[in-house]
Amino acid sequence: MPTIPVDKADLYQLLGREYTTQEFDELCFDFGIELDEDTTDECVGDERPQLKIEIPANRYDMLCIEGIAQALNEFLGRSASPNFTLNPQVPLVKMTIDKSTEQIRPYAAAAILRGVEFDDRKYASFIALQDKLHTNLCRNRTLVAIGTHDYDTLTPPFTYEALPPQDIKFIPLNQTQLMDGAELMDFYDKDKNLGKYLHIIRDSPVYPVIFDARRTVCSLPPIINSNHSKITLNTKNIFIEVTGTDKTKTDLVINQMVAMFSAYSKTKFEVEPVQIVSKHNGQDRVSPNIAPKKFEAEIDYINSCLGLNYSGEEIAKLLTRMSLKATPRDAKILDVEVPITRSDILHQCDIMEDAAIGYGFNNLKKTKAQSDSLVAAPLPINKVGDILRIASAQAGYLEVLPLTLCSHDENFKFLRQKDDGTQAVSLANPKTIEYQVVRTTLVPGILKTIKENRKHSLPIKVFECGDIVLKNLDLERRAFNRRNWCAIYAGKTSGFEFVQGLLGKIMQTMRTPWLEDPKNMNKRGYWIEEDKDNATFFPGRGAKVFFRASEDAEVQHIGAIGVLHPEVMSSFEIPYAASSVEINAEVFL
Amino acid sequence: MADLSLQILQVVDKNNGVENTLDTPEFKNVDANTLQSSLTSLWAKEMITFKKIETDNWILSKEAEEFLVSGSHEIRLLKEVLLAIEGLKISDVNSKLGQVGKLGQGKAFKNGWISKDGDKLVPKVADLPSDTVVEQLKTIKETGSLSDKNELSDLKKRKLITLTKIVGFKIEKAKNFSLTIKEYETDITSDMVATGSWKDATFKPYNFNSEGLYPSSGALHPLMKVREEFRQIFFSMGFTEMPANQYVETGFWNFDTLFVPQQHPARDLQDTFYLKDPVAAKKPEDEQYWNDIKAVHEEGKFGSIGYRYPWKEDESLRMVLRTHTTAISSAMLKKLAEDPKPTRLFSIDRVFRNEAVDATHLAEFHQVEGVLAGYDITLGDLIGFMEDFFSKMGVDGLRFKAAYNPYTEPSMEIFAYHKGLGKWVEIGNSGMFRPEMLEPMGLPKNLRVLGWGLSLERPTMIKYGVSNIRELLGHKVSLDFIETNPAARLDDDMVGST
Repeated sequence: MPTIPVDKADLYQLLGREYTTQEFDELCFDFGIELDEDTTDECVGDERPQLKIEIPANRYDMLCIEGIAQALNEFLGRSASPNFTLNPQVPLVKMTIDKSTEQIRPYAAAAILRGVEFDDRKYASFIALQDKLHTNLCRNRTLVAIGTHDYDTLTPPFTYEALPPQDIKFIPLNQTQLMDGAELMDFYDKDKNLGKYLHIIRDSPVYPVIFDARRTVCSLPPIINSNHSKITLNTKNIFIEVTGTDKTKTDLVINQMVAMFSAYSKTKFEVEPVQIVSKHNGQDRVSPNIAPKKFEAEIDYINSCLGLNYSGEEIAKLLTRMSLKATPRDAKILDVEVPITRSDILHQCDIMEDAAIGYGFNNLKKTKAQSDSLVAAPLPINKVGDILRIASAQAGYLEVLPLTLCSHDENFKFLRQKDDGTQAVSLANPKTIEYQVVRTTLVPGILKTIKENRKHSLPIKVFECGDIVLKNLDLERRAFNRRNWCAIYAGKTSGFEFVQGLLGKIMQTMRTPWLEDPKNMNKRGYWIEEDKDNATFFPGRGAKVFFRASEDAEVQHIGAIGVLHPEVMSSFEIPYAASSVEINAEVFL
Repeated sequence: MADLSLQILQVVDKNNGVENTLDTPEFKNVDANTLQSSLTSLWAKEMITFKKIETDNWILSKEAEEFLVSGSHEIRLLKEVLLAIEGLKISDVNSKLGQVGKLGQGKAFKNGWISKDGDKLVPKVADLPSDTVVEQLKTIKETGSLSDKNELSDLKKRKLITLTKIVGFKIEKAKNFSLTIKEYETDITSDMVATGSWKDATFKPYNFNSEGLYPSSGALHPLMKVREEFRQIFFSMGFTEMPANQYVETGFWNFDTLFVPQQHPARDLQDTFYLKDPVAAKKPEDEQYWNDIKAVHEEGKFGSIGYRYPWKEDESLRMVLRTHTTAISSAMLKKLAEDPKPTRLFSIDRVFRNEAVDATHLAEFHQVEGVLAGYDITLGDLIGFMEDFFSKMGVDGLRFKAAYNPYTEPSMEIFAYHKGLGKWVEIGNSGMFRPEMLEPMGLPKNLRVLGWGLSLERPTMIKYGVSNIRELLGHKVSLDFIETNPAARLDDDMVGST
């Protein structure tokens, strides 16, 4: 969620009264934003106190003080929703989009604000809004980028084209040196603010560029504007251009820009449109499109969701507080006009929510959900797991809970195992080597826990009953979880007989007797057989665990038991001998 | 020991008590510790009572012991001065008496026995006076003290005597007094029970003011104990546990089916773990569902205008580690559409976030999630249900704040007042699943679904006062913490505890 710092005195002036921090906090809570911090107590000298306000991630109209004040004033009933107008109706200014832009950044929109009066703080807010839009809605300028210019330094009509870098020459904003596209990339390569955006176009054969009628470069989106058309406190007429790779968001951004700053136009909320000419992709249009979006909302649906019995008029009144203009068409349907500020409205459920906020969540009648489904049941594997866990704890073992992710070495090399590529799921973008693979055995996590607890009195007896993940390319998700149970004894001696005894106890808990002569005893039971190939164990001290569920049932190899190889102990930096037992718990389902 | 105890009983019997063992010839030379242990054992049998008496006892220093043999320094000096006919040269004092001369000189001057005449010491008295210091020391050696406190103080200043305490005991008979000592039993044995000898035995009293021997025992993990508390709350409210044992998910189930657009920040590499092996998922079996999900994102459907962007199949088929258990809820609700009916489901399982690890964030943690489906259920039902749910863990007086979540609308953050912190804290998230999520599944329009979630670690950290999540989950958790951890009772003053 974005946090927006706003000038406290300015905001309270816009809201028409002073608030105590607690009063303002309550107002935020009711509206659905959050007062994060009031800096009044930290201000020194003539620093102006700020309120830091957290805004929901889809309220792009509240990313600056102008938008926050407007929305709250409407919520408080102090102000009507702004009536945005175009003047002239038919655009005088044109911007032509060249087909070449399709290679890199195909969409553009533009608008002009006339007779703007900026002061320091309004100008700062204008810049800050662009920053906030760039980081949030514009996804760090990848989707959309904004350029703003002193209109009086430029000559319409404008063109938006894509040219080879060396064919674009201009002096970038706040610089003195003329450079071409390629030089500009080198110049900003290490730049703290702009360096992170270069990758968006750097390797493209063509760079997007906006020119005026005299071939003056306005901007090189999404990197930087030209110094020529720089906005100052004296700027009266502002040219806003927006370019993007996402058509919907390009229009959304130009709308937010004009919705917020047309408040400073000579005629409040008036915008001068620009004719976009974009024949090649059928995107000819007047920009911006400030017409409200029309939605239908079912009165019954809203009442039913909120447990209310309101008339269309009453619901319309609630919606007014949330900037929505609703008119009952009949007893069933509300016609709702959604202003350009409320791009978060996608469905009548969003309108229903606004009615709920207008009513007040905490004023809704608390009721009991009718549900005739009262069949409670645990997940079967969790039930099996609980039986194993409780039996292990009763046998004197401590339950540990290491992470599921581990390094590739921990899962393979440290256990003296080779990765044959068939089992482990591996991660593409871990931040550390600790998270390279999802474990295919519980042993490494338990050994890491023992290492961290090596000062604990000996012997250390621990267990875990948890999921491992194994690949299976036939599945939609290409991998599945398997519940394993594993216990380790570590101490002065390997304690093989203790883990073997624990396995017996677990098997006894699961009605599974030890079979002394499994070949001749055809019934439910378990036994272990030496496994010469398992390198995790000391030679001659490792075995496979076998299980037969019932008479004539197929014998299953369900796990391994043995004395851990001293090299395993060294790899995990544990100065003790140890034995482990690990089995697949799902055979008991 | 036994002999001493018997002797004590005899002397006490003979004298009808002892005023001070120091004045009693039989015990005068017995070490106080030895005496005390015999007395304690007799006291334990309630045969006697005793009281410790501490007396001052001055003892002579090594220097003072020499005085008793050779006389005090000042007398020895005066002797030499009297012997020298024409006075004693100061320069000769050292050769005749050494250190003694130097020490005696000062005291002899002070006593007015000698005076200085040029470079000589001359006597001011004709005869040798009596050596009072030696007399005093003799008395102290015999009696341990002097009646004159000033004299004691002078001798102490001269470091000739030091103070020690000597311990004696006053002894009286008690109710079990006897001249013979009965042996006491420490424990009831099987033999006593078998032979009945316990009837004649006398038992040593127990010291109840001590801890017993702890049993050696195993333990369940504290986080799993809290998980079990949550499970029991869900079971008590009629919820069935979902098969959340599926960590690997697809972009489709983890995001797209939940109406999370493909450019949403949650899908960034910074937030989500993607897989490099396996790299791409299979398409889900239900082709219609797949197409509807695409449509609802790309151009809008089911009454929604959609996000209006080109929806990419590849992005949807990317493999991820699930970022929330809602991926499972989504699959379960899709299944519910085959036979739609009111349903209550929950899960408590691991989720994965590619976040920087710190005191409150781990790459893995547990999410508690509830899903409640019912015909025409309302937002008031959700609020009422949340109050019931949280009151089961002792959290009352909730407040709800509007929030944003891509797959619920309305979305509400749940706040409770934390007495310890003195402020409202967010304890969970909730909402009604969006029609854009439910209708493509084929669920009827009026079968509404409420969902809510919270992390398992956060309330557990509050409950147990754990400030670092790594002390609760992962390999760095202390086994001592697991071993000594009390029962997890969520209803036991959870939010109020600090």
